[in-house]
Amino acid sequence: MRQRLLTINKLSVTFGGLHALKDLDFHVDEGEIVSVIGPNGAGKTTFFNMISGMVTPTSGDIIFKGESLLGLDPNQVTAAGIARTFQNVRLFANMTILENVMVAQHCRTRQGIWGALLQTRSFKQEEREIREHAELVLSFFGTRLVGYRLDQPAAVLSYANRRRLEIARAMATRPTVILLDEPVAGMNPKESAALTQLIGELRSDWGFTIVMIEHDMSVVRDVSDRVVVLDHGETIAQGSYEEVSTNPDVIEAYLGRPAKESA
Amino acid sequence: MSAVFVEPHTPENLPARRLLDQDWRRLLNYGVLLALVLVFVALTNMPVKLDRRMLIEPIFSMGYLSVFWLPAVFGLLVCREPVLAGMPSYAKGRREVLAGAMVGLIGGAGLSVLTVLLDNFDLRDPLVNWSPQLLDLLSFGRGSTFGFAIWLPIGLALGTLGGLTHVLSTTARRVLGWAFVTVVAFAVFETVIIDLSEGFASLGAERVVDEIYFIRGGLTMHGAAILAVCGGLFAAFGRDQAQRAKAQFQALEGTSRTRANAMGLLACGVALVVLPLFLGGITNELLANVGLFVLLALGLNIVVGLAGILDLGYVAFFAIGGYTAGILTTTNRGESWPDWMPDFYWGTALIFVVILAALAGLFIGAPVIRMRGDYLAIVTLGFGEIIRLLFLSDWLGGYTGAAQGVTNIPGVQVFGLATVKGTDPRAVFYLVLFFCAIAIYVSWRLERSRLGRAWMAIREDESVAEAMGINTVNAKLMAFVVGAVLASFSGAILAAKVGSVFPNSFIILVSIVILVVVIVGGMGNIVGVIVGSVVLIGILGGPRQPGLLQEFSEYKLLIYGVLLVWMMLKRPEGLVPNVRRTRELHQEEYLQDAWLRGEIDTDADSHADGGTDAEPGVLPT
Amino acid sequence: MPSPETAENTKLTRRLGVDTFLFFMRVVMSTFVILGLLMFIGQQIDPDNFIASRINPDATGLTAAQFEGLVISGLSQGAMYGLIALGYSMVYGVLGFINFAHGEVFMVGAMTGMITSNKLDESGAWESNFALSLLFVLVIAIICSTLTAVIMERVAYRPLRGSPRLIPLITSIGVSFFIQNVSVVLLGPGAKSYPTLPDWLAQKHELFGFITIEGTRLMVLVVAAVSMVALWYLVERTKIGKAMRAVAEDKEIASLMGINVNRTIVTTFAVGGAMAGVAGILWGLLFRSVVHTTGFLPGIKAFSAAVVGGIGNMGGAMAGGITLGSAESVAPLILLEPWGINGVSQLKDAVAFLVLIFVLLVKPTGLFGERLSTEDRA
Repeated sequence: MRQRLLTINKLSVTFGGLHALKDLDFHVDEGEIVSVIGPNGAGKTTFFNMISGMVTPTSGDIIFKGESLLGLDPNQVTAAGIARTFQNVRLFANMTILENVMVAQHCRTRQGIWGALLQTRSFKQEEREIREHAELVLSFFGTRLVGYRLDQPAAVLSYANRRRLEIARAMATRPTVILLDEPVAGMNPKESAALTQLIGELRSDWGFTIVMIEHDMSVVRDVSDRVVVLDHGETIAQGSYEEVSTNPDVIEAYLGRPAKESA
Repeated sequence: MSAVFVEPHTPENLPARRLLDQDWRRLLNYGVLLALVLVFVALTNMPVKLDRRMLIEPIFSMGYLSVFWLPAVFGLLVCREPVLAGMPSYAKGRREVLAGAMVGLIGGAGLSVLTVLLDNFDLRDPLVNWSPQLLDLLSFGRGSTFGFAIWLPIGLALGTLGGLTHVLSTTARRVLGWAFVTVVAFAVFETVIIDLSEGFASLGAERVVDEIYFIRGGLTMHGAAILAVCGGLFAAFGRDQAQRAKAQFQALEGTSRTRANAMGLLACGVALVVLPLFLGGITNELLANVGLFVLLALGLNIVVGLAGILDLGYVAFFAIGGYTAGILTTTNRGESWPDWMPDFYWGTALIFVVILAALAGLFIGAPVIRMRGDYLAIVTLGFGEIIRLLFLSDWLGGYTGAAQGVTNIPGVQVFGLATVKGTDPRAVFYLVLFFCAIAIYVSWRLERSRLGRAWMAIREDESVAEAMGINTVNAKLMAFVVGAVLASFSGAILAAKVGSVFPNSFIILVSIVILVVVIVGGMGNIVGVIVGSVVLIGILGGPRQPGLLQEFSEYKLLIYGVLLVWMMLKRPEGLVPNVRRTRELHQEEYLQDAWLRGEIDTDADSHADGGTDAEPGVLPT
Repeated sequence: MPSPETAENTKLTRRLGVDTFLFFMRVVMSTFVILGLLMFIGQQIDPDNFIASRINPDATGLTAAQFEGLVISGLSQGAMYGLIALGYSMVYGVLGFINFAHGEVFMVGAMTGMITSNKLDESGAWESNFALSLLFVLVIAIICSTLTAVIMERVAYRPLRGSPRLIPLITSIGVSFFIQNVSVVLLGPGAKSYPTLPDWLAQKHELFGFITIEGTRLMVLVVAAVSMVALWYLVERTKIGKAMRAVAEDKEIASLMGINVNRTIVTTFAVGGAMAGVAGILWGLLFRSVVHTTGFLPGIKAFSAAVVGGIGNMGGAMAGGITLGSAESVAPLILLEPWGINGVSQLKDAVAFLVLIFVLLVKPTGLFGERLSTEDRA
C-alpha cells in the first residue's frame, strides 16, 4: 500500500455566486501519476490554483503529508513540496535560463545578506550547489536548454522549450508533487510523445509524484495511473483510463462523443 | 521607438526627392512647436538669466545658447525619417536642408512676434518675466523693429544648419558634433578645470588654462578655436582607436576580462583618492554633494531598480539618518531630553543610525509591502511626509527642535588625525567616498546573490515568484531595509557635514530628485546611477545644493521634470542601461532584432528529431 | 540517477511575522482611535475629569459652535477633494494608473482663475457684475484645466499605453514636476491672491435656522453637488458614459464593439480636468491664495479620497472626499488632542495620510468598493 500524499476533502470555491468547484474529493498516493481531465471551464486550473495557495477555497480542506495546507501562502506550499507549472507559460522572461532555474531553489537555500556581503565559504558553497543542481535539472531535457542557452534570456526560447523550462523550474524547487498544467499544449505529436516519456521518467528516476491537467488523451492514456474527470466543478468519474473513457457520464460531459476522439 | 535596425551605412538606393516634394504638414507642425518652445524659453527668462554666464567671451553667452540650440535641433529632427534595415531609402539632399530652414524660419517668426508684443503690450502682471530686459536681449539692444527683422534670418540660418547637419556625411557630423561638445563642455566645467590647474600648477597647467579661459569667465576666442580643433581631430582620428580598444576589451573573456575590469576599477579608485588632493574647496564640495546623492541613489536603486518597488518616501530614511546622528552627537540639549542622553562620537552614533533606519525600513515597509505597486508609491510618499511633519511638529519639538532643527553637531574625528566637517570639504568627500564604496560593494554583491535573483523574479512577475517558493514579503522587506540603511548613512554624513539638520532639508522633492537621478542614470545599474548623480547633481545641482551651472538653479527643477518625462518616453532604460532592464522595456524590439539576427530558438533541435513544429516566422509572445 | 532531497523538515508557519505585525498595528491604531474618541467624549462631559487632568491638562472641550465650524469646513474641503478625486478615480478606472499630475491640473484651474479674476477686478467688472464675471472665470478655468489634462494625455501618457505598470506613474510624477515649475518660471514663485469677494458671499449666513455657514463654503457645497449630478448624468445616462464604462472594462473588446478608445480616454481626461478646474476655482475663492505647490497636497489627498471611497467608483470618490475632509478637520481635535498632543493642527496633513494607510490596511478596496477590470486589480 503506497502512502497517501495529498488528500482533498469536500473542496468548494465560489466566485461571486458561481461554483467554480463544488464538494470536490481527491487524493494522490506517493509515486502516482494522476491526470485531471474535463471540458473547458470545468474548474481544472482553479483546482491547481487552490492547491498551490493562489486561490483560497470557500470550504473544505487540503491535507498534504498529514498537514493542512489551508491558509498557507503559495511560497509556503511550494516549500512544503508542491511545485507547479502554468497553463499559459509564465517564465521570468528577461532572466536567463540558468537564472530561472536557480531562482526556483530559493526555498531550499538559506544564505542571506551577510553571506553575500562577506562572501563566506558557506555562501560560495551554496551558490555552487545551486548552479550545479540547476544544470543537472536542465540536462534532464537533453541538450536543448544547456550549453550556450544557459545565459540566454528565457524570452528567446521556442514555445515547446519554454514548457520544458517551466517543468525544469518546477523540478528545481525539489518538490514531492509536481502539478503540470497542460504540459504538452502546443507541441507536435512527436514532441508530446517525447515529453510523455520524460513525465514517466520524472517519476521513475526522480521520484516525483505527478498530477497533471491534460487535454491530449494519448498522453493521458500512456502515462497516467489514474484519471479524474471534472465537469462543472464536480468529479464525475475516476479510475483507470479504460474505465473512465467508457463511462457514459464522461462521454456525455464531452458533448456525447467518445472521450477519446474529443481530445 | 520602433524596432528598426539603423545600420551605420544604409544603402541609399533611391534618388533624392525633389526640392518641393515636402511633407508640408509635418513642417508646419514642427515649426509651430518650435515657435512655442522658443517663446516659452524666452518667457522663462532663461536667456536673460543665463546671459551672465559667458561661454565664449565676448560673443556667445549661455543665454543665447539656450535659444539658439533649439532651431538647429528641430531642423535636424524634422529631416529624420525611420530607416528600415534592408529597405531602400531616399538619398539626402537639398530637400532636407530646405525642410530644416523652413522649420527654423517659422520658429524664428515666433520670437519675432514675441519681440513686437513685448514692445507694445504689458503683460507683466501674470507673466513675471515680461520685461524690458528680455526685449533688450531679444532685439540685441536695437529696438523691436530690428528684433522683429533679425529673428527671421537667425531662425532660417539655424534651421538650415540643422538640416545641413543631417545631410552631412557621418564622419563630418561626428567631427562637428565633437568640436561643439568639447567647447561647451570646457566652458561648463570651467570652475573644475581652473581648480584642477591650480593643483597642478607646478606642471605649468595654469599657463595653459590662462590661455584658454578669459579672466572673468568664459572661453577666449582663440581658446575656443583650439578646443574645437582638438575635439574635431579626436573625433576624426582618436575615436576609432578608442572604439577599437573598447571592442578589444569586450572580446576579452574569462580571467583576462576580470583582470581588465579589476585594473579599471583600481585606476578609478586611485584617481578618486588622489585627485581631490589637487582640487580646491569648491570642487571638493561639489564632489561631496555628488557623493551624498550617489549614496542615496544607490540605496533607492536597490529598492526601485532591483526589487521594482517604487518608493516615493525614500527621503524618510535620509531624514531618520540625519536626525538620529544629529540628536546623538550634538553638543546642544533639546528641551525634553532626559538627563542620561549622551553626546556620542559620530561613529558610535552610526550604529544607532543603522539600527533605527533598519527598524524604520521594517516599520514603513511592513504595511505597504502587500499593496499594489502604485498604491505603495503614494503610501510611501505619505510616510515620507508624515516623518517630516513629525520632526517639524511641536509635539516632538522638544526632541527634534521643531522648525529650528538640531544644531551644533560636531564633525567626525577620524583617529585623531582629522575632523571631518563642512569647513573641510576634502575630508567630507573622503568620508562620502568611503561610504559610497561600501554601497557599491553591497549593491554589486547583493545583485549576484540568492536575494538578488529573488528581487529580479519579483520584479518580473510577483505572483509566479511567489509560486516558485520565494517569500516575496520577506524579500521585499529586505530591499526596503538595505535601501533604508544606505540612505541613513547619507543622512548621518549630511548632519556631520552641515553641522545641523532641519525638517526642510527632507522635503518630498528630495525623494523625487533621487528618483530622477536613478532613472536618468539607468535603473538597476550601479554605473548608471553614479553617472546620473554626476551629471544631474554635479552639473545642475541637487534640491538645495548648487551645481556647476549655478545660473541654472532657478530652472533645474523644471529641467528635472522635462528630463524625467523625456527619459520615460524615449529612453526608459536610462543613460547607462542595465542589459536586463532594457530587454524588459523594449521586449518586442529585442525579440524582433534577435529574430532578424537569427538568434531566436525555433526548435532547431526538434528538426533533428524529425519534428515539424519549427515556425521561423512566428515569434514567441 | 539523483534523488533530490525535498526539504522534509521545512517548518510551516501559518502566520508570517509581517502579518502579526500588521495585526498588531491594526489593533494599536484602532485602540488609539477608540480611546481618543472616548476621552474626547469624557472631555466634553467634564473637561477636568480624572483622565483628562492627567493626560491633557489643558483640556477645555469644544463648544457646539466650534464643532459645527469644524464639520462645515471639513465638509466643504472634502467636497473639493471629492471633485479632484473624481479625476483620479476615472483615469484609474479607464487606464489603471495613478495620474499623479492631476493635482497640477487643479492648480492650473486655480491659477487661471486667479489671473482672470484679477484682470476682471482691474477692469471693474468683478465688482459691478460679480455673478457674470464669476461665470466667466469658471469657464476660462475649466477650459484651461481641461486643455492641460488633454495635452498631458496626448503627449505623455498615450505613447506609454501598454508599457510596464510603473512607467506611466513615474512619467506622471515628471509631468507634475514640470507643470509646477512652469508655473514658477512663468508666473513667479510667490503666493498670489484672488480679488476680494463681495460681502454677501464672504459673510456668514443663517440656514434653516440652526446652521451658520459662510457664503463661500455654501457655494462650494452647492457647486460640488451640481457638478456631481452633472457627472453622474454624463456617465450613467449618455452614450459617452457608456463608452467610458466599456473602455474601463476592457479596451480591446470595446474597440471591437466600435468604440473609439482613444477618444473615450481623452474624454475621460477632459471630464476629470474640468472637475479639477471647478475645484480649483472653489479653492481660490475659499482660501483666496494660490501658489505653484497648491496642487500637490490636495492632489495627494484627493487620491487618498479616491482610494478611501473605492477607486473607479464615482460616488465613492465624492463620499471618500467628504470622509477624508471631515476626518482631517475633525480628527486632530477629537482624536489626537485628548492624548495631550500639542499643536495638533500641524498634524492635519499627517492625519490625512494616516487615514489612507488605515483604510488600505483594513479595507484595501475602499469603503464603497472598487470598480476595476480584473487586469487592473492585479
